[in-house]
Amino acid sequence: MQTGYDLELSTLTKRYGETVAVRGLNHVFHSGSYVCLLGPSGCGKSSTLRMIAGHEEVSEGQILLDGADISRLPPARRGTAMMFQNYALFPHLNVRDNVAFSLRMKGVDKVTRHGRADELLALVDMTDYAERLPAQLSGGQQQRVALARALITDPKVLLLDEPLSALDPFLRIRMRAELKRLQRELGITFIHVTHGQDEALALADEIVVMNDAVIEQAGPAREVWDRPRSAFVARFIGGHNVLELDGAKVAVRADAVRVGSDGLPATVTTVEYQGASVALTAKTQTGDEVLALLPEAEFFSAPKEPGDATHLSWSDSQLHRLEA
Amino acid sequence: MTRTLVGWLQAAPLALILLCFLAAPIVMIVIVSFWGATEYSIYPAFQFDNYEFLFGSEVVWRVFGATFRYAAITWALTLVIGFAVAYFLAFHVRSTTWQIALFLLCTIPFWTSNIIRMISWIPFLGRNGIANKTLIDWGLIDAPLEWLLYSDFSVILAFVHLYTLFMVVPIFNTMMRIDKSLIEAAYDGGASGLQTLWHVIIPLTKPGIMIGTIFVVTLVMGDFITVRFMSGSQRANVGRLISNDIGLLQYPSAAATAVVLLCTVLIMIAILLRFVNIRKEL
Repeated sequence: MQTGYDLELSTLTKRYGETVAVRGLNHVFHSGSYVCLLGPSGCGKSSTLRMIAGHEEVSEGQILLDGADISRLPPARRGTAMMFQNYALFPHLNVRDNVAFSLRMKGVDKVTRHGRADELLALVDMTDYAERLPAQLSGGQQQRVALARALITDPKVLLLDEPLSALDPFLRIRMRAELKRLQRELGITFIHVTHGQDEALALADEIVVMNDAVIEQAGPAREVWDRPRSAFVARFIGGHNVLELDGAKVAVRADAVRVGSDGLPATVTTVEYQGASVALTAKTQTGDEVLALLPEAEFFSAPKEPGDATHLSWSDSQLHRLEA
Repeated sequence: MTRTLVGWLQAAPLALILLCFLAAPIVMIVIVSFWGATEYSIYPAFQFDNYEFLFGSEVVWRVFGATFRYAAITWALTLVIGFAVAYFLAFHVRSTTWQIALFLLCTIPFWTSNIIRMISWIPFLGRNGIANKTLIDWGLIDAPLEWLLYSDFSVILAFVHLYTLFMVVPIFNTMMRIDKSLIEAAYDGGASGLQTLWHVIIPLTKPGIMIGTIFVVTLVMGDFITVRFMSGSQRANVGRLISNDIGLLQYPSAAATAVVLLCTVLIMIAILLRFVNIRKEL
């Protein structure tokens, strides 16, 4: 399905001297979807984003937007816009002028560009702050301004480089709801780089997990979480136990592990109360650490202490074979 | 109580030094500027003769004019050169090692004294100097250029040579503090190189430009030795006016000129500071 403003990467590669940061990526970002590029630091996700934005030269391969190769165009002519990690607001310009910056560069007259800037400020609910300087805003407010500034160019694809990492946890959750709402309203593609799996699961229509310069797995959030393809994805996405059974690697979701009187013998090592559930870690006789996420009521009906002997079990249908 | 006492004691050494070596001499100069003088003596008094003479003399006005002109031209040239050098160091040299190495290279001329750096221009610019000889050899001119040495040209050349670094250092310093992602953000917003320079880099470099401006303007306004050497004593500025008065033992007149010069420079700095807030740079 190649309709609308699909963004396609074709054998996209980035080299820094001898090291390869991004190795031959092939992927299609569907128009109007919220995609999270997820991975540990140094996996190449930021380089990929910066290549799409045009701030990093493409070593090899192509970036196609709506069928046209944009990989050699300057950032402003690609139909993409970037929101920077630390927002990169111009400290000497007030909020309105920051938002109107790209229109000013195009030579749009003052009345028109300020009018358009005010519309976008209304969209991100920042109308009252138009006259302020960035230094007079909180982190969350600065982010809204950065968002408005990126959106004023009417991009087909918005690129967000770890947009929530500078915010405190409470604000992060509020802002991510807002990002999702905006994406739905605007209907444009958002590509969001993050290293937080909870952020990716909460936001993404599609998650692209990267590791070591390549895509490990890509798919809808639920599919990636339920059926991780490799041990890396299972570990990185969290909530999974990776075990070696009969010479093959398998993943078992932590919430599928049951603690009782039958199954694999193990010793409880830690017990962590998490409110709605209890995280219990146990060591099997082969030395594997297994995490079991038990509903609170179930745990307290037969509480365990570190050092207690117990048995771990799960139904075979919950056992998920990993490819690597 | 003891806390305030300790506080005063801690502030005392610097206050004493400033009092003895800055405030007291200025007060003395102000006092002496009201004294009177004859050809062979000076006498304490409170009269405005010195100031009346200063403001009434057309020569003095012209000399002040010449001093402003030197300051303005030197400022413009050091600003352009200093900004270019700082821009190159801050934005084009990628590795920190090279930045430091090139920056130190700029300071090497400062390992010798001002006077030596100044005088070394003389054999280069003189009538039979290297510059004239080379130009004649190349056939570009028939006779030696007279305006190369002992002229406004040579004075300003020496000023620019001596003081450009005072412009480079503060500008480089502010430029290094500009977040590189701002340049990318400008590029992302469709700004060309020139637009980025004009709308982002220059506004953010203003405090550094202002500090450099204060350095250069005060140095040029107060200079007398460069003007004397490089003009072959054919040009005058306020510093030379004062130095001549001192040579003639006309201390009250010299003091009055110094007071006027000091006030002029302070007014100029006050005006400059109204434009840019440099406090956040210090």
